[in-house]
Amino acid sequence: MMESSKGFSSPRSTAFPAGLRVLVVDDDPTWLKILEKMLKKCSYEVTTCGLARDALKLLRERKGGYDIVISDVNMPDMDGFKLLELVGLEMDLPVIMMSVDGETSRVKKGVQHGACDYLLKPIRMKELRNIWQHVFRKRIHEVRDIESHEGLEGLQVTQSGFDQFDDGHFFSGEDMLTPAKKRKDLENKHDEKDFTDSSSSTKKARVVWSVDLHQKFVKAVNLIGYDSQIFYSGKDVTCLVCSAEVGPKKILDLMNIPWLTRENVASHLQKYRLYLSRLQKENDLKISYGGMKHSDLNPQDAARALSRQNSINFEQNDATNCNSRISGNNLLIQNLNSKSNEINPRGTTITEKSSPGISHSLSPLEQEMKFPAIDGITPGSYSWREVPEIQFHQENAGNQPEDCFRRVAVPMGGLQNHVQIDQLLPVTSISSKAQLPNLIETKPLNVDYAISSFTQASPVKTRIDSFPVPTKIHTGNQQAIQPPSTNKPSMESQAFNPSCVTNLESSQRNFSSTTPESAFTSPDEVLQVGWLQDYSTCLGLQNIEFPDFGDPSMVAEVPMHLYTALKFDFEQLSDQSELPVINQGLFIA
Amino acid sequence: MERNNQLHRQVALMRQSLFDQGYLDEQFVQLEELQDDTNPNFVEEVVTLYYRDSARLVASIEQALDNRPLDFNRLDSYMHQFKGSSSSIGGRKVKAECSQFREYCRTGNGEGCIRTFQQVKREYATLRKKLEAYFQLARQAGPRDTASRST
Repeated sequence: MMESSKGFSSPRSTAFPAGLRVLVVDDDPTWLKILEKMLKKCSYEVTTCGLARDALKLLRERKGGYDIVISDVNMPDMDGFKLLELVGLEMDLPVIMMSVDGETSRVKKGVQHGACDYLLKPIRMKELRNIWQHVFRKRIHEVRDIESHEGLEGLQVTQSGFDQFDDGHFFSGEDMLTPAKKRKDLENKHDEKDFTDSSSSTKKARVVWSVDLHQKFVKAVNLIGYDSQIFYSGKDVTCLVCSAEVGPKKILDLMNIPWLTRENVASHLQKYRLYLSRLQKENDLKISYGGMKHSDLNPQDAARALSRQNSINFEQNDATNCNSRISGNNLLIQNLNSKSNEINPRGTTITEKSSPGISHSLSPLEQEMKFPAIDGITPGSYSWREVPEIQFHQENAGNQPEDCFRRVAVPMGGLQNHVQIDQLLPVTSISSKAQLPNLIETKPLNVDYAISSFTQASPVKTRIDSFPVPTKIHTGNQQAIQPPSTNKPSMESQAFNPSCVTNLESSQRNFSSTTPESAFTSPDEVLQVGWLQDYSTCLGLQNIEFPDFGDPSMVAEVPMHLYTALKFDFEQLSDQSELPVINQGLFIA
Repeated sequence: MERNNQLHRQVALMRQSLFDQGYLDEQFVQLEELQDDTNPNFVEEVVTLYYRDSARLVASIEQALDNRPLDFNRLDSYMHQFKGSSSSIGGRKVKAECSQFREYCRTGNGEGCIRTFQQVKREYATLRKKLEAYFQLARQAGPRDTASRST
């Protein structure tokens, strides 16, 4: 059998499924020991983890280093379902859930979250012997996806992954041979293609959801079931993704991409939903942190919670809320960081060098549902290094989310990523005028914007108009903020409430009072400013630990007490422009 | 030799009774099947690990049962873990008591919980004693195929 050694962390000398690289996650050491032994007896290569957090770290560090993940449902540091989701989104690996609890609802939940199997403890060895089928199945399906794609654009075909299957002994029938043949054709065509992407030699050919593609996807989704818009009054929110009418077929039709299949869209949509719901949960958590009720989340509530959170946050003017917002944004921002053109958070190494340490998509935030997003940032490590790149990005990108999108977060894990990303945006504004006030102003908008952007894209625009534009807003550097956030501001405007405006105005005294320049054509900008101000007010109220942005001159003008706020804003700023991207960047199928 | 054979027979009998009396279930056999040259004492290691790790769970449950009012969710969660752990070594009776406990948690029957927990602990301790005796005897008997071994 052909040896697929390319990218394999551990070359397999024996035929698949032997040598299957399994990652087992279970907080019960006894089970861990047993499972390890069982899997070894199946001739699999086993890695064990007692914590979900560790597992994620391993998975991210060794992209493509594992073929399948087996995880227990109940774990102390993270819900097994959450881990399941993350793994599916980020690494697109098959995940098997385990539990001593075989209740139908639990099993259902597992399947809903994407588990390819659900095993009941005590687990027999024979059950483990067959887990390779899930790996195999996934590969086959991906090949099919590729095959349906005539253009083969954006495909990353890795040869190694297929080699194993070329071995006749898996193929029991004619039908099997066909895929193999086609695969071979694909391979021939794409011999030169990049196989390496860190994901591993076992990287299957798949549809890569590029920024462009995802953007179209989001647009389509927005158009379809989502008629209503998110009202930041906090009362009436509808999440487009939650709409039952949003179906893969419709989306596919709207997207109008010839080579895309309904299956591609369906799986992407599922991930998108999960992502939103997860975000929603996190936001809810944050909301509850800030005194809000923690709602039971489901995809339907996702957007609702998000927007609710936004408005709530603003109203509260509370440090906690501010923080949580930041966290939320950080999460979003992360994805935007990397500049790689091909967004494939799951497996590809982000080619973008600009974002070292940016954790992969949401994971870091997922795990740290607390302020840590801010606290955890390593001071000065990223600071303004990112600025230049971002600037470039922002300014050149204009309203092109793609640019932002390209900055897919390189899986690095840790909150540090947050910091970096956050800094991205601020830089833009900073660079344009290097006035702290501006940064602060734009910040708040970004924050909420980030959250809300997930739920909608186009409808946002309409909002802006209806929103009262606060006067006396620091608009000085607004322009700088402009480009990246054109479409998004509306979200914030909605969330903006009178109290915010008041805060804005009151906080104005802290900044050089500039009236909004006429240059601000879009109300959203103004709103953004308002938000920022509000934020800064919030921030000013507390001592938020922010990463040292490494450029003292930047903040030189800002009074100390505002410094923290400023920092906070920086993060927010980045959020704003990154928001649209987030949408896109996260869902690389 | 004879002695050795006799020991082996004793071990076998002891083992069988553990199953017959319902202390152990199929999972234990799974563990035995995993035992091989690379892990000649696998079963004993696993059992030891189980008792060591589950001790803190037992303590947690004990503590939680002292609190008033009883937090059934918490208790259920602990017991869920404990049950999962116990299932790993095939502790059948222990597992049964765990299920009973969880049922009481579900219905909010505090007294039932407290009472059942005593059973859990009892079965837990009994199993431990029996397994310890079993392992000891097995060690004494030594590997079955060393015919040259004396005593």
